[in-house]
Amino acid sequence: MSTGELKKGGWADQDHVPGIKSELLELNMGPQHPATHGVLRLLLKTDGEIVYQVTPVLGYLHRCAEKIAEGVNYKQWVVYTDRFDYLAPMCCNHAYVTAVEKLMEVEVPRRAEHLRVVTAELSRIASHLIALATFGLDMGAWTPLLYCFREREEILNLLERISGGRMLYNYMVPGGVRYDVPNDGWVESVLEFITMLENKKIKDYNDLLTYNKIFIERTADVGVIDEATAKAYGCTGPVLRGSGVKFDCRRDDSYSIYDKFDFEIPVGMGEQGTVGDCWDRYIVRVREIEQSCRIIRQALESLPDGSVQAIDLIKPVKVPVGAAYSRTESAKGELGHYIISDGGQTAFRNKVRSPSFCNLQVVEKVGVGQMVSDLVALVGSLDIVLGEIDR
Amino acid sequence: MDILTALLQGLPGFGGMSDQGLFITGAAVMATLMFTVMALCAIVFTWMERKVAGFIQSRYGPMRTGRWHGWAQAVADMLKILGKEDIIPAEADKGLFVFAPLVVLLGSLLAWVAVPWAPGFVAADLDLGLFFIFAASSMVVIGILMAGWASNNKWALYGAARGAAQMVSYEIPLALATIPVIMHVGSLNTQDIVIAQQGGIWHWFILRDPFLFVAFWMYFIASIAETNRGPFDMPETESELVAGYHTEYTGMRFAFFFLAEYANLFLVSLIAVFVFLGGWWSPIPGLDFAPALTFVIKGILMVFLNMWVRWTLPRVRVDQLMYLCWKVMIPVTLLCIVGSGILMITSGAVG
Repeated sequence: MSTGELKKGGWADQDHVPGIKSELLELNMGPQHPATHGVLRLLLKTDGEIVYQVTPVLGYLHRCAEKIAEGVNYKQWVVYTDRFDYLAPMCCNHAYVTAVEKLMEVEVPRRAEHLRVVTAELSRIASHLIALATFGLDMGAWTPLLYCFREREEILNLLERISGGRMLYNYMVPGGVRYDVPNDGWVESVLEFITMLENKKIKDYNDLLTYNKIFIERTADVGVIDEATAKAYGCTGPVLRGSGVKFDCRRDDSYSIYDKFDFEIPVGMGEQGTVGDCWDRYIVRVREIEQSCRIIRQALESLPDGSVQAIDLIKPVKVPVGAAYSRTESAKGELGHYIISDGGQTAFRNKVRSPSFCNLQVVEKVGVGQMVSDLVALVGSLDIVLGEIDR
Repeated sequence: MDILTALLQGLPGFGGMSDQGLFITGAAVMATLMFTVMALCAIVFTWMERKVAGFIQSRYGPMRTGRWHGWAQAVADMLKILGKEDIIPAEADKGLFVFAPLVVLLGSLLAWVAVPWAPGFVAADLDLGLFFIFAASSMVVIGILMAGWASNNKWALYGAARGAAQMVSYEIPLALATIPVIMHVGSLNTQDIVIAQQGGIWHWFILRDPFLFVAFWMYFIASIAETNRGPFDMPETESELVAGYHTEYTGMRFAFFFLAEYANLFLVSLIAVFVFLGGWWSPIPGLDFAPALTFVIKGILMVFLNMWVRWTLPRVRVDQLMYLCWKVMIPVTLLCIVGSGILMITSGAVG
């Protein structure tokens, strides 16, 4: 539905009571609002409960990360990637180090690649758990939030044991990873955790939230992003796959060692309504958790021996003159880094293509004609992280 | 009221009082008692809500304040709220803004006078008791509308508009669901309704006939909507409307809304108990030692059921809420009335 079409039949354009002029209500949703997942501001024009226009206003979390990249050396900038998508920092680390390594043409040890995949996939699971939890919360379901956070806590503990950090890890460096597996049964703990997650917890979420009648009523056929729209707006990740497009950088433009693992790419199939509705995006995330578990198991069972760092950690990295773009599949979608090097200690320019930024734009089109409650569902199902949008 | 007057007459110093004086003193005592019970139930239920939510969400809830399972947390919260700054937005309609919480509180408070706590123990033994309760609790919606409008905040206005639509709609199935019971009893007096359920669990109205069973659940669903609690918490919807109609309220004025919410919750639970669940009668006949206690325990169990629902289900959307009310619940409750009536005629209960 376009804005013009709506206006014709709506209340706002007519004078229902002679002498009283009615107009659209301008509403500021955010930056301080419980459902905007951070400091996102949505400028709404509404007619009662129906939304006529949505304009996302960004920049409240801008920290000049890209400019800082021109001032700090390649290794130091890894900590800034942690702060992009702070719900899946390992994936962001991975994206950046892949780009630098592409420029340096350095061979990463196999053991380090395996550890990168394991930690990145654990991060992806943690991020998807938050996505399910907060999406449920947007729908008014409080309890799944606490359940998902309980499992996320386990992941944070595991990642703390290997990297020392709970939220911002700074674990991967160009040429490898910072620390090897701790010898306190870490591998067994991870395997135990993913087995529990696969066998029990996902079933719990499905019983409590996924197939709940009210939840389906709220999400099926709501906020439908069709395939053409998703492609036109550059949506990636679960948002694109929710619209039925089978595209995943891990498979289709394989990086690291993802091509060695056997996993499926779940897509939205319109099981409860239309393809590309909020429920489809939700279920894609649930199924991706299962696939991530599969990848982790394969990566850990074939974990090779050897060193985890190809270059000296203490010396600054030497990057030849040139430019490189690398794209990876982060938890939110395609995360790309374009680095131009002039041969110096720091990058000449570092441009980040963040998935949330592109995914968010779609609300301007899909949000029109929805009810305010459905707009909340739509924004929740896009699973945006403001740290990544504003950088 | 009569019991209280008689009691007062027996006390030294009250013997020489005129009837009018006794009545006024009795009313004042009763009103104070009501307000205390209401404030107490708000405190107890906030603690209970947190504990129940904690239990359902696999966490503890408050554990520190007051040492034993954080029992003093609600008291501490009340004290904190008393110490908060009272803010009235500059552009607010000051008179309405100040008055709104009082109307909401009054609506909840008034309805309590007709609750039958025990045989003969009711603040006002009205012939139209049940009708009075529904009428008085309808006042809450006016207060909510006033609060939303006076705040001069768009989110509060949204909450108020939703709240008004919801509460006005759900009063219909709420009242309709109790009509089969009234047909059985032949009276709207709350005492009579309870007395008609004497003689063990099989005489409670919920188990009298299948239509009454359905009517009870219809009443239960409508009562959740009437108290604005999840999954029907449209006026607040913290993830959509920030905090709904009480977004701009702080301190004691906010506490009034809070108080009214929990008083209302207990009230609708008590109505469910005395209309459908046998009031003060115990499930096994002959065990009616403490009628008031039985009544309150049943009420608390109903409150628990309410909390269980709230912390389990997602929220419905506002149009789905209206659909449920007008196209599902009202027809079903009407069917219950007709069905129950036919059963009464065929079983010979009425000529």
